[in-house]
Amino acid sequence: MRIVMPVEQASSRGSIGASFGRSPFFLLYETETKESSFIENSALANPGGAGIKAAQLVVDQGVNAVLAPRCGENAAKVLQGAGIEIYKTSSRSIEKSIDSFVHGRLPLLEETHAGLSHHGAE
Amino acid sequence: MKQLLILSGKGGTGKTTMASAFVRLSKARAYADCDVDAPNLHLTVGWTKEPKRSHYFGLPRAKVDPDLCIRCDLCRQYCRFGSVILEGSNYRVDSLACEGCGVCEFVCPAGAISMEPHVDGELMLYSDAKTAFSTAKLNIGSGTSGLLVTEVKKQMRESAGTAPLAIIDGSPGIGCPVIASLSGVDLVLVVTEPSITGMNDMTRIVETARKFGTKTVVCINKCDTNMENTRCIAELCRGWGLALVGLIPFDSEVVKTVNAGLSIVDVDCQAGEAVRSVFEKTMDILFGENEGGDEQ
Amino acid sequence: MGLSELKVAVLSGKGGTGKTFITVNLAAVAGPSTYVDCDVEEPNGHLFFKPEYAAEEIVTVKMPVVDQRQCTGCRKCVDFCRFGALAYSNSGLMIFADICHSCGGCMLICPEGALSENEKPMGKVRKWVAENVHGLSGILNIGEPSGVPLIHELLSDMNDRPHPVFIDCPPGSACAVMESIKEADYCVLVSEPTLFGVHNLQIVWELVRLFKKPFGVVLNKVLPGEAMAESFCAERGMHILARIPFTQHLGLLNSQGSIAVREDEDTRAVFLDLLKAISKEVHCEATAHS
Repeated sequence: MRIVMPVEQASSRGSIGASFGRSPFFLLYETETKESSFIENSALANPGGAGIKAAQLVVDQGVNAVLAPRCGENAAKVLQGAGIEIYKTSSRSIEKSIDSFVHGRLPLLEETHAGLSHHGAE
Repeated sequence: MKQLLILSGKGGTGKTTMASAFVRLSKARAYADCDVDAPNLHLTVGWTKEPKRSHYFGLPRAKVDPDLCIRCDLCRQYCRFGSVILEGSNYRVDSLACEGCGVCEFVCPAGAISMEPHVDGELMLYSDAKTAFSTAKLNIGSGTSGLLVTEVKKQMRESAGTAPLAIIDGSPGIGCPVIASLSGVDLVLVVTEPSITGMNDMTRIVETARKFGTKTVVCINKCDTNMENTRCIAELCRGWGLALVGLIPFDSEVVKTVNAGLSIVDVDCQAGEAVRSVFEKTMDILFGENEGGDEQ
Repeated sequence: MGLSELKVAVLSGKGGTGKTFITVNLAAVAGPSTYVDCDVEEPNGHLFFKPEYAAEEIVTVKMPVVDQRQCTGCRKCVDFCRFGALAYSNSGLMIFADICHSCGGCMLICPEGALSENEKPMGKVRKWVAENVHGLSGILNIGEPSGVPLIHELLSDMNDRPHPVFIDCPPGSACAVMESIKEADYCVLVSEPTLFGVHNLQIVWELVRLFKKPFGVVLNKVLPGEAMAESFCAERGMHILARIPFTQHLGLLNSQGSIAVREDEDTRAVFLDLLKAISKEVHCEATAHS
């Protein structure tokens, strides 16, 4: 299974990013082979709609699940539209989060927040 | 790092004065001014060192190459923001009005339009071994400031990531910059004043913070300028289930102190005393809850 | 140019300096006049005029809408959108209205004609009359990213309205403020003579010069002995039109939502003088350029 998480550095010893849309990198992890790779979050440069662009980037990587501490509602809509589930991490450690996920200890992310650049309209 | 954001809805209620007092009282090692349209916090926190400055690039803006332009007028017809200007027989783009959408570049049959990087503002970072103060100024005519606000906070976190507390001076209103400043914040302190306009705006800012799901507390500044309204605000907070963390009286010492570039807790004054109490209550609420599981 | 043709924008770099106080009272003392509240994120002027009835109009912006049956998933629109308002996955094209800037680009670029436009509400204009003041208040829907289209709408039909028109601008100097002063003949910069006030006056001063608008300064909440703002203006040759003293009485009237010129003779005199000063400035401007 291919999972992805927003990360602050391109290193497995780094920490999970606080913002899904605006973390500098994404870590892609294959649960079967235990292989990791990093991609740059090209959405960062956008003044607005970064969450959506980041989600599109993730969708295009063919992932099955996202691990993140929180997620903007727009980004979540994109991910959910592609059938990708979002799991809520509580630790900042990449290793611990992957471990928790693999052992089924991470809950699904229930609440999304308003976009960081723009908020959902009425 | 626990983040406290100070908002007001209405301008002039005392947000920055409060933020500077909190920075002083908490000896905060991380603080930021997210009012990128009209930053003021730097005027009261007394950094003498020059900040590290960097350009902030927003969206690229369109530019017409007059040598390639065939004057077909398509760009002007398709631009929805009135940014393409015809002067005599020359087409040019007003970069103040240009939103950077790229439609003109797309419709131009002669390839005469390109999207060029554009400096929209400046980021400033004041830092030393222990403390980081992040601020920025949006250039006049620059549009979205949401990204710049995000950059200001990012700059602060990168520079002082291990600090336990960050104080963030927010901006007035309820739009993009406020929404961007709300991300990652643990507690919002709304500073309001007992005027009809203050109360009206407080309602809108409280609603904005609520939609974002951020815990909010309220304090009333210049409370004795209209005690009846102060009572109304207290009632409103009760009704909404928001903690009222303090009342600060109007104090003519405040203006004098701020004009001297000092914080109101640097001098002996009534307002300063009241702000100390607001600070203590706010910190209790911010650090009081044990969220568990979130390792820092 | 006489008062009866005049549009005056009242702005200040900093919030809370008294923009609304000045604009409301100018409109009241100059009646018949029009008051336009362009501070669409936090409109307050109507709280002073307390009109009994307001006609309401919903203001919309164009939003793209997709016909999924025509969409082939080519992603040209997703890649084109510089604002990140579009995303594509196997459940189809998603459009994010709160991010969209209504540029129309995606519709143009779609090779299948799958995109068209709808109108999305983003705010309201309330039109009202209170004694001899005609009012327009713009109220932005909570969560909308930009008030600019609403401000544009507010200022779009000034020809039928009584002049002078007084425009209450949003605080700061960003796009919403620029939109508010675009059509103004004259700008009044309101400053409080404090460190923050003067610092922010600098910002709007740059703005009005950039837009080449004639302007004057009003110092509000002046306390005796303060010279900071005076020297700032003198050094730059900025004309001070009025100095309104800080008094508890005015503060109380304001906090109660009263229109000071209707309650207090001294304040009425101050504002009549201010109106005269503005009129004189504009007349001189017109003469200088004729």
